[in-house]
Amino acid sequence: MTTAVTTKRVAIASGKGGTGKTTLAVNLAHYLAKKHDTLLVDLDVEEPNCHIFIKGKPRQKETAKRMVPGWDIKSCSMCGKCVTWCRFNSLIRLGNTILVLPELCHGCHLCSELCPDAALPMQAFPLGTMSWIKDGALDFIEARLQIGVEQASPLIGQTLNYVDTHFAGKEFQLLDSPPGTSCSMIAATKTADFALLVTEPTPFGLHDLSLAVETLRQLKIPIAVIINRSGANDGIIEEYCSSEDIPIWSKIPHLRRIAGLYSEGQLLYEQVPELRASLDQIIAQLEELP
Amino acid sequence: MKEIVVISGKGGTGKTSVCAALAYVKPDEMVLADCDVDASDMHLIFQPKVHKDEPFFSGVKAVIDPALCTNCGKCASICRFDAIRQDEAAHFVDLLDCEGCGYCALICPVNAITMPKQKVGRVFGSDTRTGTPMAHARLDIGADNSGKLVAKVKSDSKALATKHSRDYILVDGSPGIGCPVIASLAGADLALVVTEPSISGFEDLKRVCELASKFDLKMACVINKADLNPKIASEIRNTMKHRNIPILMELPYSNDFSEAISLGKTLVEYNAPQWQAQFERLWEKIIKEL
Repeated sequence: MTTAVTTKRVAIASGKGGTGKTTLAVNLAHYLAKKHDTLLVDLDVEEPNCHIFIKGKPRQKETAKRMVPGWDIKSCSMCGKCVTWCRFNSLIRLGNTILVLPELCHGCHLCSELCPDAALPMQAFPLGTMSWIKDGALDFIEARLQIGVEQASPLIGQTLNYVDTHFAGKEFQLLDSPPGTSCSMIAATKTADFALLVTEPTPFGLHDLSLAVETLRQLKIPIAVIINRSGANDGIIEEYCSSEDIPIWSKIPHLRRIAGLYSEGQLLYEQVPELRASLDQIIAQLEELP
Repeated sequence: MKEIVVISGKGGTGKTSVCAALAYVKPDEMVLADCDVDASDMHLIFQPKVHKDEPFFSGVKAVIDPALCTNCGKCASICRFDAIRQDEAAHFVDLLDCEGCGYCALICPVNAITMPKQKVGRVFGSDTRTGTPMAHARLDIGADNSGKLVAKVKSDSKALATKHSRDYILVDGSPGIGCPVIASLAGADLALVVTEPSISGFEDLKRVCELASKFDLKMACVINKADLNPKIASEIRNTMKHRNIPILMELPYSNDFSEAISLGKTLVEYNAPQWQAQFERLWEKIIKEL
């Protein structure tokens, strides 16, 4: 018997890449795990980097798969309906052959279920891997897209299903989300209860932050901002956040020492007191979340 | 006409700053294409005068006519994306979850479902303040089809290059290895990877190199922040040598990158003695690789 806990699922996102999203995610998760039952999930599946900082024992690794049609030459009467139905051009007719292009398939099952000859049975196609790693008190799941696979969102969705099945009782689930505002970022953030947006005080940081804010508002997810590489130019982010009524939870100072330790793949909060102070501020706010 | 695509794998390595500096030193030789469509930033530096602004339509999504819907629920039962919800009177589609496969429209017994084309963003044709023509775009919040929008920006940039008799197209790509990156690499003559010597930067570099090699693309590399971690920088040099990828330039860790952006300037405008000759030389080397 486990006692019921409320799980707080927090996405760590940013419009712009390279603002320090992963740095915050790994340090926050590692530090938070000392006090609370915490899971970190790397959903930046195209370029997953959390594993560089979280060094633990691999518990489980599985191949994530997606169902795509395979062509059964013996049953097919070459009616060609499947080719006209498929809106993703993943079925092509070449002479007396139906060619399936699994990279383009969205997995709708239309062709397979409506084929009059039942000649397109669905079969598994690998998308990437999901690994479960344990680092002390912290549980960590990494999802990694196989190179050449175009669609990141199905792997993200499957990873979140895996999390729901195996880690529902966690106090905190932190999701390191992909940059940008397109479908993969939405797939990673849409089930979150809250999102932390990491930005930097430059016009690029501000512009991409405003896109991420619009996206998360559309998803109706409450947000707070963390200013990374904070310094003399913080004003542009502060003005924006104040006019949009978005709380700024913390500022992480711009220190070359942080960039150096990051480049070596080291966790920072034990060595950089400025960062630990920021994490304390963030954790205090996270604990207050409903 | 030759096309150079600048990518990075990891975000925040200085990809856009490098593109902007190259465009600034050779304004009359190229057309710019900003293909980082869900977080495009190039316009913040070049303040383009937009002379073409068009909506971009791509893909379809299901719409249920509530006047025709009999609430039978067949559509919801076959939808693999859980995009169809129900209220008392009728079923309706959640556009964020709909993939546009058309299965529901095909099987609806009363033909209540249509599949209208979707506006996913806007495409722009512009003149920058330095005289370089630029094709760019803005993906709508939460829209799919970023790969299609990237392909559109690329084809528009080719038309601009023909119109203005420019021999080169310089493409600012997006981070990652998924569909927008794959779309930006299609048909390119050279992929220029901007990397940084951190473990994350190096890992992402290797993944992006592997992706480009699947397309049999010619590659070259720029190491930014080269003095940040000498050990990893030398590992990058070895790996690039092993893969036969030339390193065209190494840049030091410098606050000029963020300072220049903060002023809306290119690196060369911000600090010409430091950067002008370097980027002129980089351009010559790129031309030699083509």
